[in-house]
Amino acid sequence: MAEYPGDGQIPTVIADELHIVYRVNGAKSGKGSATAALSRILKRGEERGVRKVHAVRGVSFVAYRGEAIGLIGSNGSGKSTLLRAIAGLLPAESGKVYTNGQPSLLGVNAALMNDLTGERNVILGGLAMGMSREEIKERYQQIVDFSGINEKGDFITLPMRTYSSGMAARLRFSIAAAKNHDVLMIDEALATGDANFRKRSEERIRELRKEAGTVFLVSHNNKSIRDTCNRVLWLERGELRMDGPTEEVLKEYEKFTGK
Amino acid sequence: MSAAPSPDERLTAAQLAAKYGLSVSGARPSLVEYVRQLWDRRHFILAFSRAKLTAQYSQAKLGQLWQVVTPLLNAAVYFFIFGVILEADRGMPQEVYIPFLVTGVFVFSFTQSSVLAGVRAISGNLGLVRALHFPRASLPVSFALQQLQQLLYSMIVLFAVTMAFGSFPDASWPLIVPALALQFLFNTGLALVMARAGSKTPDLAQLMPFVMRTWMYASGVMYSIPIMLADKPQWIANVLQWNPAAIYMDLMRFALIDGYGTENLPDHVWAAALGWSVLLVVGGFAYFWKAEERYGRG
Repeated sequence: MAEYPGDGQIPTVIADELHIVYRVNGAKSGKGSATAALSRILKRGEERGVRKVHAVRGVSFVAYRGEAIGLIGSNGSGKSTLLRAIAGLLPAESGKVYTNGQPSLLGVNAALMNDLTGERNVILGGLAMGMSREEIKERYQQIVDFSGINEKGDFITLPMRTYSSGMAARLRFSIAAAKNHDVLMIDEALATGDANFRKRSEERIRELRKEAGTVFLVSHNNKSIRDTCNRVLWLERGELRMDGPTEEVLKEYEKFTGK
Repeated sequence: MSAAPSPDERLTAAQLAAKYGLSVSGARPSLVEYVRQLWDRRHFILAFSRAKLTAQYSQAKLGQLWQVVTPLLNAAVYFFIFGVILEADRGMPQEVYIPFLVTGVFVFSFTQSSVLAGVRAISGNLGLVRALHFPRASLPVSFALQQLQQLLYSMIVLFAVTMAFGSFPDASWPLIVPALALQFLFNTGLALVMARAGSKTPDLAQLMPFVMRTWMYASGVMYSIPIMLADKPQWIANVLQWNPAAIYMDLMRFALIDGYGTENLPDHVWAAALGWSVLLVVGGFAYFWKAEERYGRG
């Protein structure tokens, strides 16, 4: 069904029969008591007390330079997992992902610490994303101004735990969006905060997309997929259900979800 | 369907990737390349360790003062139990025993906390591992570095205690530096080993405190091994004295305390200290690197 051009196009991401399996400890069905756990340990099996979740099942596709690809599907269909696997952050069970350069996930939340000041978090987050100290120094003011944290007083020198959730989300986004990427992956619900900030962050995402070679966007918002993507992958139960131009896939998807 | 199949369409994924110079995402780099990547991240490693250290006491009223007060209280508790109640000094003069005990507690807890932090370095930071790219060894190294900085605060207390009991800075004090450096390398290697083991088996985080406590009691933190085991076969004392924790403690005691001379040290003690640290740091690093592409699997 693929009709997007294959000629003269340069592939940037190739997924080849990709399978991702999560292993969950302590979620085995059956008795949860200590004796039950012990007997499971004693009964030597290959995976004791471990439940497997097959999140992505045999997904293959080729993404080309200049494409903006939307990932859609219901909750738990494996979109975010696929994104992480493409980025090389989740090891594949089988199959391979080939990429041009280092794809990066837009988001730095995990590296930040609530007990530190906003100022130190900007530096820590920048370093965690692989920026150099000079780069961070150069962009520091830009990041703070963009977040708008200091509009209501000198908040950047206070610990992040004192921020309102909106303020913290704005700072996190501003740090994450400070770096340019070759292959950029954006997980949904990034544009947070008030209307004013949302507009600014959408603009910044558009800028980042222009600079990036290939963009992946996970979203439940069909409008933002229509606005930004020229190709859509539809995942359902970890399988690639449809892959094609945005309009075509979204039409089917909307029929499926009954909108 | 597209009109004419392009030449690319007949290629397999691997051939297509090779044609356009694409590389496997998340593949493990060579050991040399890995060391280079880690070196590139040195600022992150340092910033992360310092951030963790600061965040520890940021909600307390006394704030960073706890960095010094915590080890001081620790030393006081151990002194009260082993020095006053149990009288584990066994004939050591008081002005030697108290610095002996405090040095032992601090030096051992440096290794202990590095191991305990190492076990959770990957399994406790999965969010970070699954969100950002960096050589995963950054985490255990960073945690070991955090413990080193913590120890440097403890050293302030240690110097005060040592001097309060009459051992003043002399020619042997500079030996602190190589002793600490070797122990730090040893701890880093151990943290790397534990990080890989803990990422595969998170249960180790529950088990390790007991292992470490056993190790502590066997290493002569609060008693002198040769004196305590005088009536036992010699080889037991030898084995205990050659264990790395005992060696790093003895080196520090020898450097700091006037009344604790070479007669308390096993032979070739510096060679043993060097051997342990090289063995662990090289072996631990290679062991950790071997599983680099598998960290973060749920």
